[in-house]
Amino acid sequence: MDWDLVRNSGTFVGFDQYATVLADPKFWTALRNTFSIFLLSTVPQLIAAVFIAAMLDQNIRAKTFWRMGVLLPYVMAPVAVALIFSNMFGDQYGIVNTWLGAIGLDPVKWHSNAFASHIAIATMVNFRWTGYNTLILLAAMQAIPRDYYEAATVDGAGKVRQFFAITVPSLRPTLIFVIITSTIGGLQIFDEPRMYDQYGTGGANYQWLTITLWLYNIGWGEWNFGRAAALAWILFLIILVIGVINLFITRNLVRDEGSRSDLTKAQMRAARRDAQASVAADRAASRTPAKEALR
Amino acid sequence: MTALDAQPVAIADDAVPAEARGRRKRPRHVKGTRPGWFVYACLGVVLLASVFPFYWSLLIGSGDSYTIRDPNMSWIPGGNFFSNAAKVMNDPAVNFWVALWNSIISSGLIALSVVFFSTLAGWAFAKLRFRGSSWLLVFVIATMAVPTQLGVVPLYILFSDLGWTGQLGAIIVPALVSAFGVFWMTQYLRQAVPDELIEAARVDGATSFRTFLTVGLSAARPAASMLALFTFVSAWNNFFWPFIVLDRQNPTLPVALSLLQSNYFVDYSIVLAGVLLATIPLLILFVFAGRQLVSGIMQGAVKG
Repeated sequence: MDWDLVRNSGTFVGFDQYATVLADPKFWTALRNTFSIFLLSTVPQLIAAVFIAAMLDQNIRAKTFWRMGVLLPYVMAPVAVALIFSNMFGDQYGIVNTWLGAIGLDPVKWHSNAFASHIAIATMVNFRWTGYNTLILLAAMQAIPRDYYEAATVDGAGKVRQFFAITVPSLRPTLIFVIITSTIGGLQIFDEPRMYDQYGTGGANYQWLTITLWLYNIGWGEWNFGRAAALAWILFLIILVIGVINLFITRNLVRDEGSRSDLTKAQMRAARRDAQASVAADRAASRTPAKEALR
Repeated sequence: MTALDAQPVAIADDAVPAEARGRRKRPRHVKGTRPGWFVYACLGVVLLASVFPFYWSLLIGSGDSYTIRDPNMSWIPGGNFFSNAAKVMNDPAVNFWVALWNSIISSGLIALSVVFFSTLAGWAFAKLRFRGSSWLLVFVIATMAVPTQLGVVPLYILFSDLGWTGQLGAIIVPALVSAFGVFWMTQYLRQAVPDELIEAARVDGATSFRTFLTVGLSAARPAASMLALFTFVSAWNNFFWPFIVLDRQNPTLPVALSLLQSNYFVDYSIVLAGVLLATIPLLILFVFAGRQLVSGIMQGAVKG
């Protein structure tokens, strides 16, 4: 749609807006930046979250204090985080460059270098979300039956071995869930790149222009609603691929809770029998490895 | 300190099924096996990293515009915080007090309304039988995967037709219900209220709505207060949509913060004083409700 702001209606132009967006080199820059920031914020964050959660899962003193401590950044607004970190990552007087100088490294151009700006923006995301994901993973760790660890100790496995052989595999479903939610959030990133400098256009050479930031600038900078909407659909299609996986996982979670409210009584009886049978089978299956481990 | 331990079970009602409670009866750790200093050292570093940016904003926000360029900068906060904060409050371009009021009103209303509608919908999905309920629930959950960006253009056109742009209603009305809230309350009510309780109420002659009021609402209270907390925090911090639809005369706090940085010359002592000022309300909330936030996240994770 070629949207006319004055008439407040549009002319239908087929897929022209989509073609214009895809032909624009800025789109590919924004796509690259979005994925780069997304990877830099998700991968280190999840690795750190798993390790911090493992430490919080120990029998430490003052548990609540530490848990609240890691969650503290979550209450700070992303805009506030971005303002603080864009100051800390200043090209000239930033504290990060001062620290780098103190250990004998050259100052990094955190704003003019594309990759460096991605690291700085990813750091903001990591600061705010690592603690949140740590607590999700900690909850998942506490749901792991202690018997596994006891069996492993009897078998002579050390703490590190137990971590990689029991903890990490048991976290898989939770990790998938966390990865998918942070993918959906990460691909929509706007607040942090918008506030990384005072102009909000993604840098002089669009070093940190992300898709949503570009969408905002097309829609409310150029007032081209048709093209902004086209870009939103392209972003949605990118997210949809991941969203479909998300749907399957959440669907399974809902099914597990098992409300069969729309079934008849006879169907419910049958379902109950099936469920009992499968629970019995599960129990038999899960008992075997534990026994073997104790032998 | 172990007595304060915020386990997910801490909020569990008597209505929680017995097997969920039984899990905690066995001690998770053998008594007396405390980890060594290394674990505390690592956690200390993590804690330092999560506190440092707050301290940094206090440090810069309490200095003057030259503090940041001073190579021999002091690590003790200076004395200018209150005068910098006063500059933020009195800046006619920022409208700090309007922003604070708008943030309180909009976040509060959004939290209340999300809890109200989500509890109703969650009760229906969890405990009432109606045609297509499971299909509808899957549909509601699926909308969580749809990005805000997709709705932003038509929503803006709609609100400018209504003449709502720049009005607080434009950020409250689209947020009155959330898919996450419905999902959260459905999951909670499903396991917190035994069907026998509802049948008993029915036998006693309660109508469907009466059952909801007497059985549903009291059982939903712990999960509802957590939902209110999380909704409040995320509404308070929300930026993208308020930034689009509100203007500088009538901002929320994040939008006002973004205006602090919009000048050509950025005085960071004032920007970071403003950042701290806008964060203080949530820090106060965190002091009182941080434990609930922790257990809310952990409880939500267990249930997915």
